[in-house]
Amino acid sequence: MLPASFEYHRASSLEEALDLLSTFGEGAKVLAGGQSLIPLMKLRFASPEHLVDVNHIAGLDGIAEADGVLRIGSLVRHNALAASDVIGARYPTIAAAAPQVADPIVRNLGTIGGSLAHADPAGDLGSVMLALGASVVLRSTRGERTLPMSEFLVDTFETAISADEILTEIRVPAPSARAGGTYLKLERKVGDFATVGVAVYLVLSNGTIERAGIGLTGVGLKNIEPEQAEAALAGAEPTEERFAEAARLAAEASHPASDVRGSAEYKRHMVDIYVRRGLSTAFDSARAA
Amino acid sequence: MAAEPEVIRGIGHSVKRKEDDRFIRGKGNYIDDIKLPGMLHMAILRSPFAHAKINGVDVSKAQGVPGVVAVVTGDLMAQHNLAWMPTLSGDTQAVLATDKVRFQGQEVAAVIADDPYVAKDALELIDVDYEPLDVVVTPQRALEPGAPLIRDEKEGQSDNHIYHWESGDKEATDKAFAEADTVVALDTHYPRSHPSPVETCGCVADVDAATGQTTIYMTSQAPHAIRTVFALVAGLPEENIRIFSPDIGGGFGNKVPVYPGYVVATAASLLLGHPVKWIEERTENLISTGFARDFHMHGEMALKRDGTMLGLRVSLLADEGAFHADAQPSKFKVGLFHIVTGSYDLPAAHVEADGAYTNKAPGGVAYRCSFRVTEASYLIERLVQNAAYELGMDPSELRLKNFIKPEQFPYISATGFEYDSGDYHGAMNLALEKVGYQDLLKEQEAARAEGKLIGIGLASFTEVVGAGPHKDYDILGLKMNDGAELRIHPTGKAILKISSQTQGQGHETTFAQIVAEELGIQPEDIKVQHGDTDNTPYGLGTYASRSTPTVGAATAMVARRVREKAIKLAAHLLEVSEDDVEYDKGRFFVKGAPDQVKTIQDVAFAAYTNFPDGMESGLEGVYYYDPPNLTFPFGTYAVVVEVDAETGEWKVRRVVAVDDCGVRINPMIVEGQIHGGLAEGFAIAAMEQITFDESGNCIGSTFLDYLIPTAWETPRFETFETVTPSPHHPIGAKGVGESATVGSPAAFVNAVIDALQPLGVKNIDMPLTSARVWEAIQAAQGGA
Amino acid sequence: MKVTVKVNGVERTADVESRLLLVHLIREVLGLTGTHIGCDTTHCGACTVLLDGTPVKSCTMFGVQADGREITTVEGLATNGQLDAVQEAFKEEHGLQCGFCTPAMMLVGASLLERNPDPTEDDVRWAISGNICRCTGYMNIVKAIQTAARAKAAASEPASV
Repeated sequence: MLPASFEYHRASSLEEALDLLSTFGEGAKVLAGGQSLIPLMKLRFASPEHLVDVNHIAGLDGIAEADGVLRIGSLVRHNALAASDVIGARYPTIAAAAPQVADPIVRNLGTIGGSLAHADPAGDLGSVMLALGASVVLRSTRGERTLPMSEFLVDTFETAISADEILTEIRVPAPSARAGGTYLKLERKVGDFATVGVAVYLVLSNGTIERAGIGLTGVGLKNIEPEQAEAALAGAEPTEERFAEAARLAAEASHPASDVRGSAEYKRHMVDIYVRRGLSTAFDSARAA
Repeated sequence: MAAEPEVIRGIGHSVKRKEDDRFIRGKGNYIDDIKLPGMLHMAILRSPFAHAKINGVDVSKAQGVPGVVAVVTGDLMAQHNLAWMPTLSGDTQAVLATDKVRFQGQEVAAVIADDPYVAKDALELIDVDYEPLDVVVTPQRALEPGAPLIRDEKEGQSDNHIYHWESGDKEATDKAFAEADTVVALDTHYPRSHPSPVETCGCVADVDAATGQTTIYMTSQAPHAIRTVFALVAGLPEENIRIFSPDIGGGFGNKVPVYPGYVVATAASLLLGHPVKWIEERTENLISTGFARDFHMHGEMALKRDGTMLGLRVSLLADEGAFHADAQPSKFKVGLFHIVTGSYDLPAAHVEADGAYTNKAPGGVAYRCSFRVTEASYLIERLVQNAAYELGMDPSELRLKNFIKPEQFPYISATGFEYDSGDYHGAMNLALEKVGYQDLLKEQEAARAEGKLIGIGLASFTEVVGAGPHKDYDILGLKMNDGAELRIHPTGKAILKISSQTQGQGHETTFAQIVAEELGIQPEDIKVQHGDTDNTPYGLGTYASRSTPTVGAATAMVARRVREKAIKLAAHLLEVSEDDVEYDKGRFFVKGAPDQVKTIQDVAFAAYTNFPDGMESGLEGVYYYDPPNLTFPFGTYAVVVEVDAETGEWKVRRVVAVDDCGVRINPMIVEGQIHGGLAEGFAIAAMEQITFDESGNCIGSTFLDYLIPTAWETPRFETFETVTPSPHHPIGAKGVGESATVGSPAAFVNAVIDALQPLGVKNIDMPLTSARVWEAIQAAQGGA
Repeated sequence: MKVTVKVNGVERTADVESRLLLVHLIREVLGLTGTHIGCDTTHCGACTVLLDGTPVKSCTMFGVQADGREITTVEGLATNGQLDAVQEAFKEEHGLQCGFCTPAMMLVGASLLERNPDPTEDDVRWAISGNICRCTGYMNIVKAIQTAARAKAAASEPASV
């Protein structure tokens, strides 16, 4: 597996990268961690004429919480995400998911921005960001815009990003005091894509659920946010029965395909089980927060 | 008194491996590391269709790519009578397709370029006009009347049936079943898997047009046999062919056959006058080279109410793919599958097998397995477990009741094998003790009361390895005998040249230890040479756990042959008659006068400097070993699992392995072989499989879908041993490379099935994905 | 394109096509064949090298991306002919059989010990879970990395008086 020829451009600043993208348009691809793009190029499923390497742009690899927002630079590697103190302390959904992306070596290069922009429905972080109500910042020579995850993810391998835009930052609303979450992934082995993945996030307030976020991996054409399940939890008492009801609704919102990983029926069942188990874990961690 | 003699690190010593010194420095020499001056690179175009007529191949655009030297098509190969080649089962296989393609991934054309990237660029520009045909993806469909004919080019082939084969006594078996109180049956598919060594296959073919010298560096487990096949296929003089197997990055059966890539690269080198390198990509390896298993099996066991086994009846349907290319002894159409009576004193057995062509890759190699023993062992051990449940007996008790008893050896099985030696009760009892069987049964009962599922799986395998005696065992007529040549140098150091080829088994160390044991030369003073047909004696290669049984025996015998001469030389040096010389671990004594001693080093020096009149100088020999019998390693594996009934997920808690492979030459290496075999056994039980969709597209064409467990999924192993030497091997060794892959899959599956007993699940076919486990639970519950 | 990398402490420059994979830069251009290719798709990890000390799969990176960076391959594990503790331990514990995955496993092990000098069995298994071995069943690889950890600890202890 060897890629076709292309022209390589190493951008030393965001402005330079945006200029290059603006010039080459559809013929260019952004090269970040490369862990999804390069295999596609080796398979010759993708043969861009130009690669714009953004790895040397300063300031895209920060993780910082301020003014009620966690800002994650798009070049943050999965292993840096997993090792971050602030994420470990306050964002259990991300902390649970990051070490389950791909494998430990791939996580050294793979980036959060690349992962989200790749928009693989079996990707883990899209679900996490849906559950957390995150948004992404897109920059181009034309300016900057911010899109909620739900609008960013359009279809399988398709996002709202334009050919001249770079995803620069992910913004996650900071949790209130009593919040919890987790990510459960059914995978056949380390490095596999999820058969089913479930991201959950719960915010508690005075003994009731103030807000619930759920994201589903691998059970549709893109990461799915089961809104009815979330709605069933919002404002409700955190009981086992309520969790089971939300899990049932989440399973209904999923539309998986049968494949070697399992039948559609099994995957839907696993959504049910994992949402129920995930909410239980999230509730425990929220109470402990 | 002489000083205390140094301990000779022969048999039974965990000598650190000699080969490691290069590997840990990154100085191994694998096929892709070989670079020759003027070397070109080859890439192969493969069929995207499983079954399609080829109306034309247009290579004009590809030929125009700068850097492309040649494009080879089936028509060009046909002009040289090389479009087809024989398989190891005596069938034919297309080298490059001419008439039609018969499986997805079949070789259609090849580009030879000065750069591998350019060769890939050019592949994209070859235009093949395919006309898709109806596809056959199951052997059942293949044998239906009116099924599309896959091998329409083969004279006399009017359907997709390849062979029918039987073993055992049908009448006696029918009688046993008529007399039975209980009959237990099992239908199961042993899925298609792939050996997938981490290094793929490849070669560098270097044909010197001026001299005709043909050197092929090749990832081959059987270089000598390959040389002969090349001589026969290409009509090349065999003395001009040199097959050189460098370091091999794992084989597991995958590197036994001749693949079309080797033939095309060699032809290209001959035509172009340059060395040609071809290195498989992983996808090529997975979709086109030797697969394993793919047996649809039906087994029935007849028993008395008290658990006495009366008979075994097995029928199986083998999915052979588009060309019958099993690598196995020609006399046995399904290899040594008829060992299916396993460890049990089964008075009657009958096996019948049919093979069918399908639109899938050919192969039928034994993935870490001695010719289909793995499928046999799995079937009997699954059947026995289910029989125990049916009779309400403990599975260990049913096994202990029916094992062949130690005093019954040598034992003639109902399908005609002569089992050499065994103590099956001993291995089972040790496994039960080590796993804490009685306590586990109590824990299981208590857990079930709380709704938790714990399973204990046992498997008591008997393997048959070391093919074999010349009377019954040959591949393409070549008798499965192997050679060893030993030369002792004047300074008492030695070189041992062997016919088999290591792929990680540690031959450079263990075979030196055999010589050390027999001659008293330390293993570090013995260089072991292998893999180079110009410089080693003939033999059929390394697979089917046969190196120790055949080449190991040849090594012991050649060392003994050399020792006979050494005794003569010692007698000369000690000035006594030959009858008065005694030998012990590299030292030659005068009988009754142990202080009068000469070492093997003294004797070796004398062989070149001071030998008696009338004796040939030198101290060396060669021996070709014809085994008097096969060897029969055995053991019991016990696996403990926990199953989550809600999700179908299962986790291995314990793996206890008791192996008896006879005498252990290097216990460290033997244990390493068992670890590796257990890991691959787990992999097969849990996740490895190649499947196809209804169009014949291969699912499992990269490691994303062909799942190989990492250290994270792979369980921990607890290994133990009993030692029952083989009376039919000069050092009592039996072979061990494959035991654990043969024996362990049934133990893992039995453990999961055992856990699911309260839910009524009787069988789940491998691999036991969580989805399959859950679906089996649903089916059993729904049917309840 | 011109690429300058510091490989095993030595600066090397080459003029390469931008599509040349890092693993080919290392193996074919720089001639260091201890780094292997096993799967093409980032699953087997046989091509793992250290990039500025961090393990990466060199089949899924372009050579040009490594410009200006430091690469350590298996050939750079030993110092002045003295084997690294991980290399010694792989031989001692029979942590290799065919040797094909071994260079990568040793590099990942060495990198783990830099971050975690006393890893548990689970730590080691997790760290090497991006690398496939077909021969050993991982048992002795895990053991070897833990043995190396102990050897390193013993070597760094002050000599007793």
